[in-house]
Amino acid sequence: MTGSPNIYPDTALSFRRIGAMGMRYVFLLRSSWTRIVELAYWPLMQMIMWGFMTEFLRKSDSQVLQAAGVLIAAVLLWDVMFRSNIGVAVSFLEEMWSRNLAQLFASPLRPYEWALSLLFISLVRTVIGVIPAALLAIPLYHYSIFEMGLPLLAFFTSLMLFGGAVGLMVSGIVLRYGMGAESLAWVGIFLVAPITGIYYPVSVLPDWLQPVAWALPSTHVFEGMREVLATGAFRTDLFVNAMLLNAIYMAIGLAVFLYIFHIARVKGLLVQTGE
Amino acid sequence: MSSAAIRVTNLSKCFDDVVAVNDISFNVGRGGITALLGGNGAGKTTTISMLLGLLLPSSGEIEILGEDMIGARHRVLSRMNFGSPYVDLPKRLTVRENLTVFAGLYGLKAPRQRIEALSGELALDAFLDRPTGQLSAGQKTRVSLAKALINEPELLLLDEPTASLDPDTADWVRTYLQQYTERCGATILLASHNMAEVERLCADVLMMKTGRIVDKGAPDELIRKYGRRDLEEVFLHIARSDTDRPLREGNTAQ
Repeated sequence: MTGSPNIYPDTALSFRRIGAMGMRYVFLLRSSWTRIVELAYWPLMQMIMWGFMTEFLRKSDSQVLQAAGVLIAAVLLWDVMFRSNIGVAVSFLEEMWSRNLAQLFASPLRPYEWALSLLFISLVRTVIGVIPAALLAIPLYHYSIFEMGLPLLAFFTSLMLFGGAVGLMVSGIVLRYGMGAESLAWVGIFLVAPITGIYYPVSVLPDWLQPVAWALPSTHVFEGMREVLATGAFRTDLFVNAMLLNAIYMAIGLAVFLYIFHIARVKGLLVQTGE
Repeated sequence: MSSAAIRVTNLSKCFDDVVAVNDISFNVGRGGITALLGGNGAGKTTTISMLLGLLLPSSGEIEILGEDMIGARHRVLSRMNFGSPYVDLPKRLTVRENLTVFAGLYGLKAPRQRIEALSGELALDAFLDRPTGQLSAGQKTRVSLAKALINEPELLLLDEPTASLDPDTADWVRTYLQQYTERCGATILLASHNMAEVERLCADVLMMKTGRIVDKGAPDELIRKYGRRDLEEVFLHIARSDTDRPLREGNTAQ
C-alpha cells in the first residue's frame, strides 16, 4: 500500500491544510459570542476616549493638533498592529490551552502552514475588532478614517505584517518557555509602543533613540499617516521603507517560530503543552 | 518495500541526563495488533512520540511503512494516525467541526462522506453537533477513535485506548479495533496497562522497562516462558525484578 486513494497526494505547502486550520480558528471564534464582543470592545473604548480627547483639544484652541482626527487615526492604526499581534498569539495559545499540539503535528500539517493559518486568523480577528470602532467614529466625531483612501490600505497591510511578525516571535517564546510566558502574548508588542511614534512624531524622542525608532516599520507608517492627514500627500518612501523592514521582521519572526518548533521536537514540548 | 510496518534500530532518547529510551530495536510486521507494555516511566510514551515524529530521537533510526520517519516523516504521516485519551480535541468545537478540521489536515477528498461513515460505524450521530467538551468519557473515546480513523490509517498508534471506560464501552472499542485490522489489514501498536485487553487483542507484545525492551513475544509464549498464569503476572514479575537488560536476540516482534 502507498496511501489511500481517498486522500490527496501530500505536497510541501498545502492550502487545504492552511484552510483547515483557518476553519478551525473560525469555528473557535464563532463558538463564543463573548470572544467576538471582546475583540471589538477595546478598540471601541480606545477610540471613544481618544475621540473625546481630540474634541477637548480642539475646544481649547490647542496647536497640538495640526490635523483633525490625528489621534483617532493613530489609535485605530495602533489597534490594527496590536490586534494583529494578539490575533496570532492568542490563536496560538488556544492550541496550548486545549493541549492539542500533539494531535495537530501527528498529522501532515507543517509548522509553516500553521504559522500562515495564524496570520490568516489574525487578519480576521483584526477586521472584526477595528472596523466597528472605525465606523462608530463617523457619527460620534464626524471623522472617517476611510477618507484616507488607498494610503489606509497601505498602512493597514504594513501594520498587519509587523504585528503578525511580532506575534510569531512571541508565540515561539511561549512554546519554548511554556505557559509561564503566556502574558508576553498581550504585553510583548507594548515594547515598541513608546518609541514608534503613534501619537507624537519621532522628532520628540531623544536623538540616540531615533535610529531605533526608524528601525521599526510601524514608525514609518505612523509618520506617513501624519503626513497624509496634515498635507494629503502619501509618502511613498516611507511606505517602501516600512515594507522592506516588514520583510526583514517577518523573515525573523518565521525563523524564530520554526527554530523554536524544532527545539520543541527535541525537548518533547509538543507532547507536554498545557502542563 | 519493507515488510515491516515499523522498523526501529538502536533508538535512544535522552533529556539532559535522563535516558528515557535506551538503544531499543524492534520490528512490527504489517497487519495485526502489537502491544507496547511497561510500567510508568518505562519509555512507552517517549517511544510512541518518536514514532509519530513529535519527538526527535537522540540517536537511532525509525522506518514507518517503508519511509524514513526522521528525515521524511511527511511522506508517511497521512498514512498513519494516533489516538490517546490524554490528548484532547478542542472542547468548544462540535464533534463534526473537529472531524472536519482533521479531514482537511489529512487531505481527504470526500470529508463529509467519511465523517458520515464514521458516525454510523462509531454511533456518533446523536452527538455529532454537540461541543466535544460536553460529552461523556465513553463518547469522547469514540470521537477520539473517529479522529484516529479519519484517514483510514494503515498504521494506528494508540495510547491506552480504553482507559477510564466502563467494561461495556471498553469491550465495544476492543471489538471495533479487531474488526478494523481484519477489514483493512491495518497495523495497530497500542500502549496499555490492561493485560486482559492485551491478551485478547494482541498477537505480539513488547515489554519495556527503564527505557529498554526487556522481552517480547506472543502473550502465550511469555506466559509459558515465565511460568505464570496470565500476562498480568508476567508484567508484575518483570516490573518487580532487577532485570532491565535489553533483549538482543531476534529483534522481531512478529
